[in-house]
Amino acid sequence: MSMQLKNLPFDAEELTKFAEERKEPKWFSDTRLKGLSLAEELPLPKPEKTRIADWNFTNFNYQIGSSAVNQLSELPDSIQNLMKNGEEAGNVLIHVNSSAVYSRLSKELTDQGVIYTDLATAIREHGDLLANYYFKTTPIDKHQLTALNAALVNGGTFLYIPKNVVIEQPIQAVYYQDAPSSGLVAHTVVVAEQNSSVTFVESYLSDNSVGEGAANLVNEVIVGENAQVKYGAVDEFTDQIVTYVSRQAEVAKDGRIQWALGQMNDGNTLSENATNLEGDGAAADIKAVSIGSGSQKQNFDNYVRHVGKATQSQLLVRAAQKDASNSIFNARTKIEHGASGADGEQTQRVLMLSDEARGDANPILLIDEYDVIAGHAASVGRVDPDQLYYLMSRGIKQELAEKLIVEGFLAPIVDLLPIEGVRKQLTTLIERKVG
Amino acid sequence: MTVPELKINDLHVSVEGKSIVKGFNLNMKGGEIHALMGPNGTGKSTVASALMGHPKYEVTSGQAHLDDQNLFDMAVDERARAGMFLAMQYPSEVSGVSNADFLRTAINGRRGEGNEIPLMKFIKTMDKKMQMLEMDQSFAERYVNEGFSGGEKKRNEILQLMMLEPKFAILDEIDSGLDIDALKWVAKGVNSMRSENFGCLIITHYQRLLNYIKPDFVHIMMNGRIVKTGGPELALQLEKEGYDGMKAELGITDDETVEA
Repeated sequence: MSMQLKNLPFDAEELTKFAEERKEPKWFSDTRLKGLSLAEELPLPKPEKTRIADWNFTNFNYQIGSSAVNQLSELPDSIQNLMKNGEEAGNVLIHVNSSAVYSRLSKELTDQGVIYTDLATAIREHGDLLANYYFKTTPIDKHQLTALNAALVNGGTFLYIPKNVVIEQPIQAVYYQDAPSSGLVAHTVVVAEQNSSVTFVESYLSDNSVGEGAANLVNEVIVGENAQVKYGAVDEFTDQIVTYVSRQAEVAKDGRIQWALGQMNDGNTLSENATNLEGDGAAADIKAVSIGSGSQKQNFDNYVRHVGKATQSQLLVRAAQKDASNSIFNARTKIEHGASGADGEQTQRVLMLSDEARGDANPILLIDEYDVIAGHAASVGRVDPDQLYYLMSRGIKQELAEKLIVEGFLAPIVDLLPIEGVRKQLTTLIERKVG
Repeated sequence: MTVPELKINDLHVSVEGKSIVKGFNLNMKGGEIHALMGPNGTGKSTVASALMGHPKYEVTSGQAHLDDQNLFDMAVDERARAGMFLAMQYPSEVSGVSNADFLRTAINGRRGEGNEIPLMKFIKTMDKKMQMLEMDQSFAERYVNEGFSGGEKKRNEILQLMMLEPKFAILDEIDSGLDIDALKWVAKGVNSMRSENFGCLIITHYQRLLNYIKPDFVHIMMNGRIVKTGGPELALQLEKEGYDGMKAELGITDDETVEA
């Protein structure tokens, strides 16, 4: 294949100016330029069975922003609804059109050395620390979309939990877009040092006023030795926004990550979730739900790599496909040579709710070690006629019975989200998308 | 309010092309308890499922009317709202839906929009009925039948019966897999429903349950139809002589047995 430079709608001069305006240090603007040249050379990812060549990953306005607010009440209702108790919001960082507009971190956590800030501030104030982790779990040159993230990044979050700090209260991030034709290019880095523990929940929302837009999200999680991270997310972008989202974790010895992902975009979505169980005894629990609706196309790749001995993973994907939606689900469990005693289980279940919808679940186990346990289950099917009969035999109308079954089917993730506002967001979304 | 009536006339039912129920007749009125007994594979459960409207069961001829409504013209949920109830032998599990939500949805479905049951009244009623069945309060929030033992599932069926207050209930082998205590609780629940607005058809292999729920009529079913009807003494006679004795008395030879 011949190498062809792509005609990207931005150039080095423009990016340099953008970086200068943001007062970014050299290492960071250099990473932008490196990202740009890689984006010109690298191909798009090639997700199995989903054609993304004509998706708009590049044409959008990334030079956007919004000014800070003093009170939550100045923000759109859809954001306020996500806050646990309105004005008494916990530790939260709110981004509107890629800019941090409101933030709050308890003094107690600041005193313990916790850093929770938007990426732009982190680059300026904690640059050396951030540089250790930026594009470390996910390589910048993975494909064109990661390179684009490096080049155009206009938002994101940095969360750093020092050694031995255990945080009970969840830490929340909210992203909201409403600028016409805008793109959110966000990079999130979560670092949990040795023996620390944290729950992080992010919500992505957009207003219809964006029209055609894009989201390019690269989120990296570093789980230190014996540290625990619970990572919840609800994605809710409108139907004309094309989303690329990568969520990747690297887990050290005896560390543990729990993913709870509600992937509820209305637009085309390419999702890469990956967990690297590097250290002995590292563990991952991955749960993801999605609903395909309208004519949206989605591709979900969930990947777990076992490197350390006695590493454990459990992966549960549940999805419902409506209308003429088309989703592909890949679950890949890889057990490397030397990962003796590893245990990797995966289950994918897809419910088809319409004749025109399409859903494929592909279970993939790659095992290079003898002494392991691995299992997979994948099914694509309709609502169980016996369940339907049972509910209807109690006088519940067919439509409502189906709705109950589908909502119940997707419920396991809802219960895992520790913030009531976000749980409600996901429940309401499921009800809206199923209904 | 007039006493409800269920009339089943010359019912024939096939499952996957195989004829199982062949000329089943039964009339029931509110206030009556009927027991339907018979050996395995004679079509007792098939009658129950066909009356409720399970999609696998094909009614090839015959009629069934609840008062003046033709059941076979109605969808499953319509039959339920008209007053039919089937306590199932193998109730489905529905993950993610709590028992309480399920029951409230079902009750409100019957009551109709604008006439929903007040939440507090619902909770109180459910608490009371669960107590009568010796069910732990946690059952309200557990997912429908998920992880329930056999006995818990049966009690959950009776809880639904008591909450939904149908005109006619069919209990399909509600006693199978129940220990003696659970059997008594189930009987207590059913007996509490007794009134002239409620009729019940109990399908069972054994006389045991009938010690606790006293039937007005006992029907013996063989080869797809009722072959003998009597009072409670018929169940006792059956217990003593067995189905073979009954067959000999009636001069019946097995033309076929089928999986129910």
